[in-house]
Amino acid sequence: MSELPQQLANGLILGAMYGLIAIGYTMVYGIVQLINFAHGEIFMVGGFGALSVYLALPTGTSLALALPVMLLGGIAVSVLVGIAAERFAYRPLRGAPRLAPLITAIGLSIALQQAIWKWYPDGKQARVFPQFKGRALDILGATVQRGDLFVLIAAPLCMIALGFFVARTRSGRAMQATAQDPDTAKLMGINTDRIIVLAFAIGAAFAGVAAVAYGLRTGEVQFRMGFIMGLKAFTAAVLGGIGNIYGAMLGGVVLGIAEALATAYVEDIPGMQQFGGGAWKDVWAFVLLILVLLLRPQGLLGERVADRA
Amino acid sequence: MRHRSLLLITTALTTGALTLTACGSRGDGNKNGEGKTTVVIGLDAPTTGELSALGLGIRNSAQLAVDIANKNNEVKGVTFKLQALDDKALPNVGQQNATKLAGNKDVLGIVGPLNSGVAQSMQQVSKQNNLTLISPANTTPDLTQGPDWKKNKRVRQFPTYFRTATTDEVQGAFDGQYAWEKVKAKKAYVIDDQKTYGVGLASSFKDQFAKLGGKIVGTEHVSPDDRDFKAVVSKVKSAKPDLVFYGGEYPASGPLSQQLKDGGVTVPLMGGDGMYSADYIKLNKKAQGDYASSVGKPVEQLPSAKKYIADYKAAGFKEPYEAYGGSTYDSTWALIQAVKNVVEANNGKLPDDARKKVTEAMNKVTFDGVTGKVAFDKYGDTTNTMITAYQVEKGDWAARFSAPFKEFDKS
Repeated sequence: MSELPQQLANGLILGAMYGLIAIGYTMVYGIVQLINFAHGEIFMVGGFGALSVYLALPTGTSLALALPVMLLGGIAVSVLVGIAAERFAYRPLRGAPRLAPLITAIGLSIALQQAIWKWYPDGKQARVFPQFKGRALDILGATVQRGDLFVLIAAPLCMIALGFFVARTRSGRAMQATAQDPDTAKLMGINTDRIIVLAFAIGAAFAGVAAVAYGLRTGEVQFRMGFIMGLKAFTAAVLGGIGNIYGAMLGGVVLGIAEALATAYVEDIPGMQQFGGGAWKDVWAFVLLILVLLLRPQGLLGERVADRA
Repeated sequence: MRHRSLLLITTALTTGALTLTACGSRGDGNKNGEGKTTVVIGLDAPTTGELSALGLGIRNSAQLAVDIANKNNEVKGVTFKLQALDDKALPNVGQQNATKLAGNKDVLGIVGPLNSGVAQSMQQVSKQNNLTLISPANTTPDLTQGPDWKKNKRVRQFPTYFRTATTDEVQGAFDGQYAWEKVKAKKAYVIDDQKTYGVGLASSFKDQFAKLGGKIVGTEHVSPDDRDFKAVVSKVKSAKPDLVFYGGEYPASGPLSQQLKDGGVTVPLMGGDGMYSADYIKLNKKAQGDYASSVGKPVEQLPSAKKYIADYKAAGFKEPYEAYGGSTYDSTWALIQAVKNVVEANNGKLPDDARKKVTEAMNKVTFDGVTGKVAFDKYGDTTNTMITAYQVEKGDWAARFSAPFKEFDKS
């Protein structure tokens, strides 16, 4: 069992990243009931934004100094793309049947991937992302890379800030009101268009943070990275209860830990040897999702809502 | 009415298609101004995407062979042209490319592809069209010897398929033997990426390593699209191997190797020719000490390759020739030699059934190529089993040991 702390740490770090991306799915869904399948690509362009900033800095800048600027760069690019997507791809379709924006989202996702593939210098291959030098740290029996500390610090900070924003600020409360009933919110004088843009922007900013974390962890960014991460994050959002921000983070962490533990331990169960290991981890993650949805269709923290239609 | 119009359209289309086919048939159409016949050599490789470093080296080397054949007037009365297509390392795209090339009557052979999985989808098209397909890089035994090669029931699968790369059976066994005898590893952990190439290589490694007395302390399968291997790394760590073997390609093995070392697994990672790329080291800051094998001798060490390297430099290609450059040059040259034999046997002209004749001639081709003697056995495999083990040293691949697998013990 000496492997357990390490596997929990692996799952927690991966899950925190899933959670950060899942926020974007959940916020947008909570307000406009749209599954923004291009969100994985908004995450991906954030990684390239951060990398561009790093490459623009004079060579030899220490990563610790560069990181805040890279983070800002990554967030800026993600947010810009997120807002542009809302303005030009989704807003014209508001009120259209639900399938239309969904298909638009898939199209946008392919377009963004191909844009990076075509126009980013050497974007056809994986680009090397800077990494922290130095030895890994030993925390409670688990080896943790210096780069992974970033997500372990950034994810809770982001969640606290978001929780504060939603519960305490005027815009945050306006957001809650819009989520509950957009028409009434409008009648109360809330500019719902602005709130929707805000939801897209916050989701994109979190994706930008996640992209920097991903780059620091794997040492590369590439144009296809948004697909799998986006799919997993969407799963995390559903697992936690789509529409609920804390649910998204919880879903992410549960999913990450489930994957790590499935890789490590399923094959130790007698008779299950061939279903264990890295190849089957996604299967177990989705088995978990199905089980949760069977027992709690609204997700872990989701609330049962009356059908709006 | 509906029926009749449908019939009309079908008739019109069929007539049109027939006319077009007639236009494309061998006549004066493919002769250029000097009364020379143009022979097109198709090329299929991933020239974009993650494996493009290898793919571009393949494309450039084939271009080089074609240019040199034209410059030296290798086949009298014939001008060669290369038609290069990108398969993005996807089997379905490879199949489309093969179909497209087969549709051009001037194409007498295809060089490529890089990936064994892609080759599987192209072989049938090549057979149906009697079109030679010669790969510089495919290493899966099944492609030539059938799925039952492990039970020693070897049957040639496609009369039109050849390759200048040694099979995984040989390469994986070489790796197993190298790990045991030269690296002196006693315990190995084996990981593969579930793709045709990776699984084959890993299983040959396992068999040979275990046969020699080594212990396999664990096996694991990963997805080739994964970049986060931390959970697998933790498992490897608790198994305490002396060596980790990876069956797969560098886009995944680069991050895997780095994460292994980050996670405290300080033993080297070993892989096959899919890992032998400069990009592996670029993507992986902790590659120092890792091993990879590749087919043939390092071209830099072969006297026969000096000219190739000089020519490649002189041609001014932007991208390096990478792992399969020399092998691709030999593949293309084999095809050119086959065309030469066919043309010479037919009084200096291309016969009408040129494709069929070229395929037959391929079986008898033999010459001294960049990577050594080039010839094919009864399955279409190369007779050259030379393999080299490389190790990463100071940010570059350094050749450690070369031997034809059959003579491993003697060296």
